[in-house]
Amino acid sequence: MRMLTFANRNAKEILRDPLTLFFGLGFPLVLILLLSAIQANIPVELFEIQHLTPGVTVFGLAFMTLFSATIISKDRGSSLLQRLYTTPMTPIDFILGYTLPMLPISVTQCIVCYIAAIFLGLDISVNILYAAVFIIPVSILYIALGLLCGSVFTDKQVGGICGALLTNLSAWLSGIWFDLELVGGTFKKISYALPFVHAVDMERAVLLGDFSGVFPHLWWVLGYATALFALAVVLFLRQMKRQ
Amino acid sequence: MDAIIIENLTKKYKDVIAVDNLTLSVQKGELFSLLGVNGAGKTTTIKMLSCLTQPTSGDAFLNGKSISKDTAAVKSLIAVSPQETAVAPSLSVQENLELMCGVHGFTKEKQNTKIKELSKLLGLENVINKKSGKLSGGWKRRLSIAMALISEPEILFLDEPTLGLDVLARSDLWDLIRSLKGKVTIVLTTHYMEEAEALSDRIAIMKDGKLLICDTADKIKKSAQTDSFEQAFIRIVKGAVK
Repeated sequence: MRMLTFANRNAKEILRDPLTLFFGLGFPLVLILLLSAIQANIPVELFEIQHLTPGVTVFGLAFMTLFSATIISKDRGSSLLQRLYTTPMTPIDFILGYTLPMLPISVTQCIVCYIAAIFLGLDISVNILYAAVFIIPVSILYIALGLLCGSVFTDKQVGGICGALLTNLSAWLSGIWFDLELVGGTFKKISYALPFVHAVDMERAVLLGDFSGVFPHLWWVLGYATALFALAVVLFLRQMKRQ
Repeated sequence: MDAIIIENLTKKYKDVIAVDNLTLSVQKGELFSLLGVNGAGKTTTIKMLSCLTQPTSGDAFLNGKSISKDTAAVKSLIAVSPQETAVAPSLSVQENLELMCGVHGFTKEKQNTKIKELSKLLGLENVINKKSGKLSGGWKRRLSIAMALISEPEILFLDEPTLGLDVLARSDLWDLIRSLKGKVTIVLTTHYMEEAEALSDRIAIMKDGKLLICDTADKIKKSAQTDSFEQAFIRIVKGAVK
């Protein structure tokens, strides 16, 4: 009950921010439309709609990190969290209350991207539904990053770190915008040591119906999601104690 | 009967002693003020009493419950209106109050009754559907206090409740705080001498984490041999009165 009330409040705070609608839904749609237009004029395999859409659905989740980190850091800064810490709410109420509202928003973002892709020529198949299901562990990974950053940084720092740095890292190291083979070497090794490219490769495999191709990427995503979530919980509890 | 008993409460941060061996008690229904300059230890004391910070040593008992050993029970007795307004800015006044009802586990029926009752008491009826982020400082403070009162606390902590408000908003808020007197035990921290004098049954003056004096405003003035409470405060804090 307490957790649901808090989750409901967080959902309202996020959805009432016009920037959420722009970056959460508008920006991924703009990317799909723009890159599909480029692809129509200069065909590039990477930007074919069945390659592009899974990448954009993963990239769009970088904004979930930004949204969750922003709301937590703002709550810390405004003392709302301090007020709530003096109520009977437990740490688990806070952590789930911040995490749960982001999941339906993430899945909705993914579905909206696929609907747009269908209009741009993506074949309708049941694999789209599977892709929306497989986006959940990827969402948890990005939300955990948000929980982590929001527990450590101020809202101004969150804007720079999640809004600029993380979004760029997640773009460059994911193989969405250019083939990592083209760079190769250490860059590729670093990319494959991080979860972003695995999330994209997994989503691409799911959309193609190549379920054996989901592995080992799913393990990378789940491993990072679990580790980041655990670290985020530790850091959240630490800042809670410091209050 | 004592609502709060503080026994040798101490908080140390590395080399700094924020609160030093504080011992005092607050009676049930009393409006008690903690007064002091910046860094006196007022907010740290409130943070310890509201279980936000663990004391380094000593203990305090709120209606008999220890802040060190029985934090869950203490949290069910208290409410805090922090120094900053601490409201959810994108939610309306009504939704902020609903949030607090929800985190205290109220039924829908109790929630509706409490919101109606408090919005009437605090004059929030006309702004009930307004986004709290768009309210003026005075209205935000009122909402902040309403959010604290909604859980029907036995002990209410008001940390600098009128900080940054204009004269009229401050006067309105004083009336509101006066109206709560006797119904709930209130511990208030403030920088403002006239606020402490006008509102409090008793006042504790702190400096560098230590309690210098704790008495009624009249007795404090008498012990400092002055008719002005501000002068009394200055003399006591400067060490002219032992």
